[in-house]
Amino acid sequence: MTVSAPTENESDADIKTSAQQLKAEQPSRRTVSDFIKQQPLGTIGFLIIVILFLSAIFAPDVAPYDPEEVDFMASPALGGGAPGSEHLLGGDAFGRDILSRLIFGARTALSIGFFSAFIGCSIGAIIGIVSAFAGGKVDILVQRGIDLLLSFPIIILAILVIAIVPKNVVFGIDINVIIAISIPFIPKCARVIRSAALSIVTLAYVDAAKAAGYKGSRIVFRHILPNVVAPYLILITAYIGQAILLEASLSFLGLGVVEPTPSWGLMLAGVNSDYYITAPWMIVFPGLAVTLAVFAFNLLGDSLRDWLDPKLKL
Amino acid sequence: MLRYTAQRLLLVIPTLIAVAVLVFFLVRVLPGDPVEVKLIGEFGDVNPELIYKERKRLGLEDPLHIQFVNFMVGLPQGDMGISLVTERPLTQEIGARITISIELAFFATLLSVIIAFPLGTAAALYRGTWFDYVIRIITIGGLAVPSFWFGMLIIMALLATVGKLPSLDTAGLFEDPMANLYTLFWPALSVGYRYSSVIARMLRSSILEVLAEDYIRTARAKGLYERIVIVKHGMRNALLPTVTVVGLEFAFLIGGLVVTEQVFNINGIGKMFVEAVQFNDMTMLQGLVLIVATSFVLINLLVDLLYAALDPRIRYQA
Repeated sequence: MTVSAPTENESDADIKTSAQQLKAEQPSRRTVSDFIKQQPLGTIGFLIIVILFLSAIFAPDVAPYDPEEVDFMASPALGGGAPGSEHLLGGDAFGRDILSRLIFGARTALSIGFFSAFIGCSIGAIIGIVSAFAGGKVDILVQRGIDLLLSFPIIILAILVIAIVPKNVVFGIDINVIIAISIPFIPKCARVIRSAALSIVTLAYVDAAKAAGYKGSRIVFRHILPNVVAPYLILITAYIGQAILLEASLSFLGLGVVEPTPSWGLMLAGVNSDYYITAPWMIVFPGLAVTLAVFAFNLLGDSLRDWLDPKLKL
Repeated sequence: MLRYTAQRLLLVIPTLIAVAVLVFFLVRVLPGDPVEVKLIGEFGDVNPELIYKERKRLGLEDPLHIQFVNFMVGLPQGDMGISLVTERPLTQEIGARITISIELAFFATLLSVIIAFPLGTAAALYRGTWFDYVIRIITIGGLAVPSFWFGMLIIMALLATVGKLPSLDTAGLFEDPMANLYTLFWPALSVGYRYSSVIARMLRSSILEVLAEDYIRTARAKGLYERIVIVKHGMRNALLPTVTVVGLEFAFLIGGLVVTEQVFNINGIGKMFVEAVQFNDMTMLQGLVLIVATSFVLINLLVDLLYAALDPRIRYQA
């Protein structure tokens, strides 16, 4: 683990750093301009994410039409809707403007993506840290529980949770979809964070804190938590992409977000087989939106890992 | 090796039991009553007495612990109960549709490995060249493209070029293998793109890691042909982490099946799973989740054993 700051128990071997290693360790200054210079792909990913966020926030100002406005003249069912000056990316089966639905869909994708990754990774991180800190029987028990949850493929677990949790929309965000997506992330994050925390638990300053008689909760929050922030941030970034993909899949299956909320996956669900030939834009653009968003988060996640913690195994 | 295999096998049994228990209770929390949905009248009227009788007949009114015992006792005998919607035994229902999914999963894995190996190896050997960058973009793309959308694009391309889709119910694997493989090729490609990207990326990084090892320098210093250095000393060791990824990613493959079967209208267990959720078929859901989780656990066992076979250090440690 390279996250933790150098501590007093560094061995002699560590101190005898060769010139080559020194060069490799230079990025530890970690300024924004360093990141841009060293991780051009990550910077591109970050820029795409910023654009997506801005268009989601200012959707009503950016979108040319109301995403729910029906205009049957622009429907491929009546032979219209091809991309052109009126509808830049064409119209869907109800003649709704695809570009506007994509822009509003960014709200759905990003909010669900962010919240489910945040909730899943945070709960997972707490479980992982506590498990590592407690050790012994607690650790073994938690590990077995995690193993158990990991034996369900992500989407299967998500669909099960969708079936169990009642539908609940707050401020236009589907809470049940967020819960369904965040639960499968918990065991995965718990495992990664636990292994990161294990290497910190054995360090001298944790022993010192214990010897000073601090409470477990204080040691966890003040001494261990700050040192697993790097893998935690990397995990969240990587899982936002996963969550967006999962939301699209669930909505595509008719189990996630429901009409008329604009969602990229849902836009693909309503595609009639006739439209494969007559209105390919209905298929191409929403899928591109999902791909671009996930691509951007993957690029950023990858670069963040290379930059902060190259040895982290996700 | 025998001892290691026995140890791992023993570990699988409690895991499988725990999975069965968890699935049983998870499914019991499902809201909605499938019997009520089935018996609901034309005008939305429900007859509570009729529903009670039907539930009683299906064993849903039994106390939870009796249902649980019945379920757990039935499992080792291959009895998973009946579907609440069709009332046919689950083993029959699932058995009729699982073959095509297994075939698809197997074919997709094979295809991914065939695609991933040359890509990953080439990317590692030509590291930092434009070739490496192209492969990198293709593989990062594979992680971002939703498999159902990729499937839709394939269908679009097929319709635009050939004018029709390969029919899915023409041939069984053993009747006409070539026709069967052709029909499954496109769905397998659509699920396998992501899979092959993950494998190729893993292979690239593990080859690079291995090639930096001392024993590779030694092999080169001995004057071995570069081909032998890479294949015999490099690839063989780089395979280890790659095998793990193939196993772990199998879970994603199953996820891919669920959506791809919808896109290509394949009557496999992925489609069955979505239908079970939509129809609220509790027992069907229970059976399917159990089968998927079990196969996932078994695949991981297989990977672990393979890992031990490939790496002597692991089996001696155990």
